[in-house]
Amino acid sequence: MAQNPFPLGKDELLKAYRTMRTIREFEERLHVDFAKGDIPGFVHLYAGEEACATGIMMHLNDNDRIASTHRGHGHCIAKGVDVHAMMAEIYGRSTGACRGKGGSMHIADLSKGMMGANGILGAGAPLICGAALAAKVRGDRGVGITFVGDGASNQGTFLESLNLAAVWNLPVVFVVENNGYAESTAMEWAVSCDSYVDRATGFGMPGVTVDGTDFFAVYEAAGEIIRRARDGGGPALLECNMVRFYGHFEGDAQTYRAKGELEAIRASRDCLTILSERLIEAGVIGRDELQAVDREVNALIEDAVRAAKAAPLPAAEDLLSDVYVTY
Amino acid sequence: MSRKISMKQAINEALDLEMRRDPTVIVMGEDIVGGTGAQGEDDAWGGVLGVTKGLYAKHGNRLMDTPLSESAYIGAAIGAAACGLRPVAELMFLDFMGVCFDQIFNQAAKFRYMFGGKAVTPVVIRGMVGAGFRAAAQHSQMLTPLFTHIPGLKVVCPSNAYDAKGLLIQSIRDNDPVIFCEHKNLYGLECEVPAESYAIPFGEANVLRDGDDVTIVSYGLTVHRAMEAATALAKDGTEAEVIDLRTLSPIDWDTIIESVERTGRLVVVDEAHPRCNLATDIAAFVGQNSFGALKAGIQMVTAPHTPVPFAPSLEDLYVPSADSIASAVRRTLSPKGARSIAA
Repeated sequence: MAQNPFPLGKDELLKAYRTMRTIREFEERLHVDFAKGDIPGFVHLYAGEEACATGIMMHLNDNDRIASTHRGHGHCIAKGVDVHAMMAEIYGRSTGACRGKGGSMHIADLSKGMMGANGILGAGAPLICGAALAAKVRGDRGVGITFVGDGASNQGTFLESLNLAAVWNLPVVFVVENNGYAESTAMEWAVSCDSYVDRATGFGMPGVTVDGTDFFAVYEAAGEIIRRARDGGGPALLECNMVRFYGHFEGDAQTYRAKGELEAIRASRDCLTILSERLIEAGVIGRDELQAVDREVNALIEDAVRAAKAAPLPAAEDLLSDVYVTY
Repeated sequence: MSRKISMKQAINEALDLEMRRDPTVIVMGEDIVGGTGAQGEDDAWGGVLGVTKGLYAKHGNRLMDTPLSESAYIGAAIGAAACGLRPVAELMFLDFMGVCFDQIFNQAAKFRYMFGGKAVTPVVIRGMVGAGFRAAAQHSQMLTPLFTHIPGLKVVCPSNAYDAKGLLIQSIRDNDPVIFCEHKNLYGLECEVPAESYAIPFGEANVLRDGDDVTIVSYGLTVHRAMEAATALAKDGTEAEVIDLRTLSPIDWDTIIESVERTGRLVVVDEAHPRCNLATDIAAFVGQNSFGALKAGIQMVTAPHTPVPFAPSLEDLYVPSADSIASAVRRTLSPKGARSIAA
């Protein structure tokens, strides 16, 4: 076995690969099942962006909080939310992570530090400032990570939160997942500055831009700013440049994309291919070992779908429950 | 020990007592300390009208001034509540709710339901409501119906210092998000308030005056106008029962229904605008559930369907007056009461 040139040991590398592969399979399966009409509502897929969630979440524990977006499945899986509970939630079943009352856009697991996917763009940024404030008040070294797309990076909530986090010196990392499109609108058109680093600088915090399709680039940059935040060094912004393999939502014909664009990004910017080729080339993990992971993940997703379809629907009385703790 | 203090002092006392009792209680808002980072005194303002004055000296950094960023810090209060603190966030004037309402009605109010009953968000958002301060259209509104409309929010609006203290203590201890509405024209009003801590349960209206001829239901400032009207009506031999709702969500339907079943007449007074407000809500509920007991058409006395005007002469016409309430009561007593239309 060759010497490991990576910043992670073999077990951790396999864990990262498994997480990314799980997200990919989860999303690819939803893509197929949504087209069949099996899944109600809106679904926004994270396929293509797996390296970002995984590279960041490898640094977190259950005490660290994340606030996610409408495109939240990948964040959930990487933060350790149970895949069966997620699938059941997306199918609207009582065994779902939110007992079928949240759906794809509101999956949460507070016990894992996952404060919710969010249907309101940019809304997670103020919330994560509060999570970070709670960690700071408790002195438990917890950090908060909030994700926005390039689109929601223009929301007032996001910009206000950059300022608040800087003024209060909160342990927050603001992650801009720049996939080039705010729904259908190009980032180059909708974002007034050339670089998110400039925006971070304007709010008095460090900003870093990385290739979000490179797991190791994300992992190393995130590690440094998360460590800094944990040590009381304050907030930072991390921009991950990445690609979205599907539309804004399932059913999006994506006619705003250039001809051949999707084929090109799948061929050259697939973060899973990039990671697995590097692992194999370095001789650290064999192709057969990765394929074994693929088979396990396939079985996991298959079982999650089977279980979700077999699970009971919420009871009629669940319509009225859990509005208040007491009322 | 009981002594007379103002509603402003009562609110300050409630915050102080709860901060002493529970280390997870923090207080944040614009200028609630006042002067943070400036060269002059610490604790310079203690809130724009001095409600939190003196708390910084007692509790230090658990009181946090914020940038003027309502979305960010109200959202931060909500996020902190979801992570185990009990924040009390002051929104100064609740009119500013427009800036940050998403964090309240799409986030705080929905966490518990959306997340399948697994979230607890014990946040209190307190601020000023109401007209009469010559503060014009953006600092004077009674927006309570916006809040009562939203499942997941609790809404409180005290009419006096005693209730303000007990209801704020309950709000801080409560495990749901609470919008705590403080009528700015009641801040200086004094009444007997015990020095010790006490909580007033939500959903329990206060019957301020017994009467068998008509039921007047209100909350906040207009409770006092209703009491004035009742005193005037008593001189003519009409005994009005006056109910102070205290909490608007949950609301004490039982006390309202019990009273109307006995009096057969209902006047609802609401400082909010007339469409889809507490008055229409209560009128509809009583109409649906106690129609047989009614001897006359239900009367509603509300602010008009206009923004709050600045000119004092106009603003005085805007807020329901004791005279307009007494007139509404008389309409319910007239032979044509059942068909009358509010003047």
